[in-house]
Amino acid sequence: MKVIVCIKQVPDTKGGVQFNPDGTLNRAAMLTIMNPDDKAGLEAALRLKDQYGAEVTVLTMGLPKAADVLQEAIAMGADKGVLVTDRVLGGADTWATSTTIAGALRKLEYDLVITGRQAIDGDTAQVGPQIAEHLGLPVISYAQEIKLDGDSVIVKRQYDDGYHMLKAKMPCLITALSELNEPRYMTPGGIFDAVNAEITTLGRADLVDVDDSNIGLKGSPTKIARASDKVRKGAGEKIVPDSPEDAVSYIVGKLNEKHAI
Amino acid sequence: MDFTLDKKYEMAQTLFREFAQNEVKPLAQEIDENHRFPRETVEKMAKYGFLGIPVAKEDGGQGCDPLTYVMCVEELSKVCGTTGVIVSAHTSLCVDPIQTYGTPEQKAKYLPDLASGRKLGAFGLTEPGAGTDAQGQQTKAVLDGDEWVLNGSKCFITNGKEADVYIIIAVTGVVEKRGRKQKEISAFIVEKGTPGFTFGTKENKMGICGSSTYELIFTDCRIPKDALLGQKGKGFGIAMHTLDGGRIGIAAQALGIAEGALETTINYVKERKQFGRSIAQFQNTQFQLADMATKVEAAKMLVYKAAMKKAQYQQDHKTSYSVEAAQAKLYAAEVAMEVTTKAVQLHGGYGYIKEYDVERMMRDAKITEIYEGTSEVQRMVISANLLK
Repeated sequence: MKVIVCIKQVPDTKGGVQFNPDGTLNRAAMLTIMNPDDKAGLEAALRLKDQYGAEVTVLTMGLPKAADVLQEAIAMGADKGVLVTDRVLGGADTWATSTTIAGALRKLEYDLVITGRQAIDGDTAQVGPQIAEHLGLPVISYAQEIKLDGDSVIVKRQYDDGYHMLKAKMPCLITALSELNEPRYMTPGGIFDAVNAEITTLGRADLVDVDDSNIGLKGSPTKIARASDKVRKGAGEKIVPDSPEDAVSYIVGKLNEKHAI
Repeated sequence: MDFTLDKKYEMAQTLFREFAQNEVKPLAQEIDENHRFPRETVEKMAKYGFLGIPVAKEDGGQGCDPLTYVMCVEELSKVCGTTGVIVSAHTSLCVDPIQTYGTPEQKAKYLPDLASGRKLGAFGLTEPGAGTDAQGQQTKAVLDGDEWVLNGSKCFITNGKEADVYIIIAVTGVVEKRGRKQKEISAFIVEKGTPGFTFGTKENKMGICGSSTYELIFTDCRIPKDALLGQKGKGFGIAMHTLDGGRIGIAAQALGIAEGALETTINYVKERKQFGRSIAQFQNTQFQLADMATKVEAAKMLVYKAAMKKAQYQQDHKTSYSVEAAQAKLYAAEVAMEVTTKAVQLHGGYGYIKEYDVERMMRDAKITEIYEGTSEVQRMVISANLLK
């Protein structure tokens, strides 16, 4: 069985966030990590490998520096890494990203594609399902648990008030939640192998069935009006009421003022 | 000369740091307080290959090098000196001599289990009357048919009761050297559970309290003839060579403890306020931190250099790393003691309270000046090389 896990290098929120003048993230200037939902997706794939035997390929799109997350994934146990990188692919929104990744996936063999639910930088949760749409694959999102049953997957999908048990025939795409599992660490030997592992690099020319109008900043219908770092909230108002009654009437007054009640 | 770490070492450092923060640090205070061996951490470390870092992949290890191993002990020791020494004693004092001196059969029998962490290793040289004077050994091994019969005891043995495989140094006869009678010393591999091999008292220590330190007792303990490690009569050399490697591990532990104390102190002095400002704003604090950081960095250079020398030895089987190991251990241990003491001082009264990590770090640091050769022994090794 061949599993491809799509992973993304995202800013480490512990470090500062920096922007380009056009409002997109300045990824080259930030500390980075593997997106947590994607890491859970990778762990799910590695467990399938441990349990049923599978070849796990990790795929990422980004700057050449994004190869770091592929090496990390290989050091955790993935077999192969594919980096999709090209200047013309830069500045992509979810549409252009999913078009690009689908174009790369058309070139590769797979039975199952796993993506994270969403990335902590954009928080859209759109790329996974969009890839599935481009490729005409069934998609199961918000996976909490993944099992194999012959040529199908059985997935426990998280829902607001419970969960759904869904079965889909492979090939299909699953989006994983970070709650899915506790990702494993790298191993020292895995690291030594990963730094010598060959990473396949794909550029614009390698993408299959992708139109120029659907890639990069130009192919991105989303226009960013403004972007900002998280703004710290002020300390708030401190009130020391004379009695519990005063406290209640103060709170009721405030709630009325904000039309909350 | 390039002081930048290769990508693989950077990644390894990240791995060990994350593991230490997530899995080791949360237990450090509790295992110290309860003098409890952190078995669960050992199992996790085994799962991720931390117990076979410098062991070849074909022997069941990770196929990495001494520098990676040193970084592992360093990062673990930053948050817990106990966990650092468990890995160090296992790897340097048990796995390493089997790798270096074991027969193909011994390697095949022991290395896969030890390197994967299914089994834990220990080393028994020290005796009540034979510490720095390793020639003062009393434990005897006598060949009786196809078996060696061991009698005697070993003390202060790290991983004592928790280990499965022990390298034991014992006297196998008397030889004449330059007209003088000397004990003939040999090394053996002894397995836990062998009849006649029991444990004595558990030591109640000042620091590294989670580490299992025991007396090993051998009473007519019969081990197979092929349990001899290396040649008969070469045990002293094996022990000394093993300790050269062990010193790099302990140097890494000392370095880690010092770094941990420094990091903890930097955070503390920024938070702690006196006279209306953080104590980090006082020049005394700044100068103390500057001295601590400079010494830590110097210690790190010596420790990494010793590890790289050992790596060279593993390639050519010629390069000596004895002096580098002694210098690294001497300096890193003394820096660990100095830095942790200053860390406690900068914490003021809180530094003396067990709730604060630096209190434990200062107690843990002291042993690094004593075990695997005291600082005085390191000075002997270093000066002997200067004056030869």
